[in-house]
Amino acid sequence: MKLKGAEIVWECLVREGVEVVFGYPGGANMPIYDAMLNYPIHHVLVRHEQGGAHMADGYARASGKVGVSMATSGPGATNLVTGIATAMMDSVPVVFITGQVAAHLIGGDAFQEIDVTGITLPITKHNYLVTRADEIAETIREAFYVAKSGRPGPVLIDICKNAQVESCEFIYPAEVELSGYKPVMHSPRPLLDEAVKLIEKAKRPVILCGHGVIMSKAEEELMQFAVKTQTPVANTLLGLGAFPASHELNLGMMGMHGEVHTNLAIQNADLILAFGMRFDDRVTGTLKTYAPKAKKIHIEIDPAEVHKNVFADVPLVGDLKTVLRDMIPLLDEYDHDEWKQEISKWRSEADARSIMNWPEDGKLYVAHLIGDIWKASGGGAIVTTDVGQHQMWTAQYYQLEAPNRWITSGGAGTMGFGLPSAIGAWFAAKDQEIWAVAGDGGFQMTAAELTTAVQEGANVKVAIMNNNFLGMVRQWQEFFFEKRYSAVNMRTPDFVKLAEAHGVPARRVTSRDEVDDAIEWARKTPGPVVLEFKVEQEDAVYPMVPAGAALHEMLQRPVKQ
Amino acid sequence: MNYTFIVKVENKPGVLNRVSSLFRRRNFNIESLAVGRTENPDVSRMTIVVDCPNGDVDAHKLEANLYKLVNVIDVQDVTRQPSVTRDLALIKVKVGPERRAEVNGLADIFRAHIVDVAPDSVIVEITGTEDKIEGMIELLRPIGIMEMVRTGQISMTRGALDGVRRMPGTVGSRYDDIMDLAEMMP
Repeated sequence: MKLKGAEIVWECLVREGVEVVFGYPGGANMPIYDAMLNYPIHHVLVRHEQGGAHMADGYARASGKVGVSMATSGPGATNLVTGIATAMMDSVPVVFITGQVAAHLIGGDAFQEIDVTGITLPITKHNYLVTRADEIAETIREAFYVAKSGRPGPVLIDICKNAQVESCEFIYPAEVELSGYKPVMHSPRPLLDEAVKLIEKAKRPVILCGHGVIMSKAEEELMQFAVKTQTPVANTLLGLGAFPASHELNLGMMGMHGEVHTNLAIQNADLILAFGMRFDDRVTGTLKTYAPKAKKIHIEIDPAEVHKNVFADVPLVGDLKTVLRDMIPLLDEYDHDEWKQEISKWRSEADARSIMNWPEDGKLYVAHLIGDIWKASGGGAIVTTDVGQHQMWTAQYYQLEAPNRWITSGGAGTMGFGLPSAIGAWFAAKDQEIWAVAGDGGFQMTAAELTTAVQEGANVKVAIMNNNFLGMVRQWQEFFFEKRYSAVNMRTPDFVKLAEAHGVPARRVTSRDEVDDAIEWARKTPGPVVLEFKVEQEDAVYPMVPAGAALHEMLQRPVKQ
Repeated sequence: MNYTFIVKVENKPGVLNRVSSLFRRRNFNIESLAVGRTENPDVSRMTIVVDCPNGDVDAHKLEANLYKLVNVIDVQDVTRQPSVTRDLALIKVKVGPERRAEVNGLADIFRAHIVDVAPDSVIVEITGTEDKIEGMIELLRPIGIMEMVRTGQISMTRGALDGVRRMPGTVGSRYDDIMDLAEMMP
């Protein structure tokens, strides 16, 4: 069957099971957009390519499938860059398809010609420049395989305009053959035995549950492992939801804004079981004093993460789900009662300082509002966030029971991520309640996507936590720069009017007694809704491990008088 | 300390850029990089000499990161393996007829060749290990070096030996090496 390159693009996407593409047309991808009309894939016209990239990212995280985003050459493609980097840092499988000027024009500074494969080389798992129609099918097949296998990540395909309009025989390759790319699944038995020996000896073990648990779909194996060995589970920011928050073995989030008892457990552990996580600096504090008494078993699909920050006594390179399945039958049962009791003692001491246990004082605290949304939604919503204070409070107080519901930019820390990723998630889970929690700063970065939400009827509820500050930077200036506030005081537009101008129903909430009603109203109103909460301006996220401090040196919330 | 890696990659456009860009991104200094075709037209072979200040820890990091590149097929560390190592240099020496015999004599000692003679210069071609070439350069410098070009080091292990492969999942991976890293981690 002879087809045009542009048609081959869609033939391949259909075969890859793509349901929705988030994109923006332009000169260099017009043939692709023309061919699109004949195919059953839904296209979402975004308002800025960054929004499209985040939507594809949110879709991928909520569905566990590969997200797809498109843009034209030049500025269209460069607008994707932040979104690509965000997906890269969090290992999210997204395929980006960009148009490029015709192959014979490359290198000549043609209109809207930018070296996109060059720019995205360090922020993609892999990328391709396609100059001929007969390369398209094989490249797309490969791109999807590379994006979702091994350690997932974004893959970009830059397709020259001539390749889109030329015709060739369409053959969809049955298999992908890459001589240099073969992700390891199993870890060798001798190393598994060594790991089992360390687990046998351990009296104070802790599991560190990372994003890899969710990417590998190993939640069930994690549960079996934890229950069988009675090992408490601490989560990284992106590991939240992989283990139910209400489970007695759950410790909650670790790291810079992690729970006190969780960080103390890690610092006092004699065995760390790192599952699909990479010992980021936000998780470890200073490496010199990190988990000093613990042996470390590191199960990780990417060999480059092993020994990168923390030396692994037993490195198990492989697919987490596969390695855990191999290992669980080799394990004995343990109870670790003493260790668990010690941790609960730390937990009850820390709980006394929790803002959730403060008496009502009429002010709006973000932590309380997250608790309110959690209660109203029964803890089952998909929650996306921007980056900063509200992100940490959401991580701390929106207690997740299941995976693929927590969508946040962890590694890259991308502001403006919340709204578009929520829209993307909606396409993956249209029956589910979806909340985008944003700060007043981040929301303004991608607020234009409100119109996209309206055009698509995306049922996302946006909660803007407006403190008229860039809150996290303000907090750091308060703690570490003698309260010299520099460029953090932010005038905001009238968010209610702004939302209404986009055709989005909106309410402003300024006092405690309006909260429940507003949240209920938002939940019941179909389609996108914006709630602006005027929150306490100079609240800070606690606990906090200052950058460069040891993990147990936490600043805690002052006890209220 | 300088480490020598033999890296086999797919012979595709842009792969050299991916490899060199990786060294920059991960903050390594390349001392030399030679790339060329092999007995297999689909495979290119690189010999890369890199400064690894933290020894095997860096070597491990580098290998692991090279494997993250989809086009990289095989990585071997041949630093401590018995291997044949060669570098080729062309050196243009400023010399008139009166001292030409002196340069000729030096070339003989180093088994180098004079490959071009002009009225006031000659080009010396020398092949050998890094040390040998450095030795020759030292002796030619006082006479007057006008220009020099070097290919960069290429290496091949002797006999049936392979280099060290530290990455699990690759052919003949050596887990012992990973275990030894314990004492060396910074």
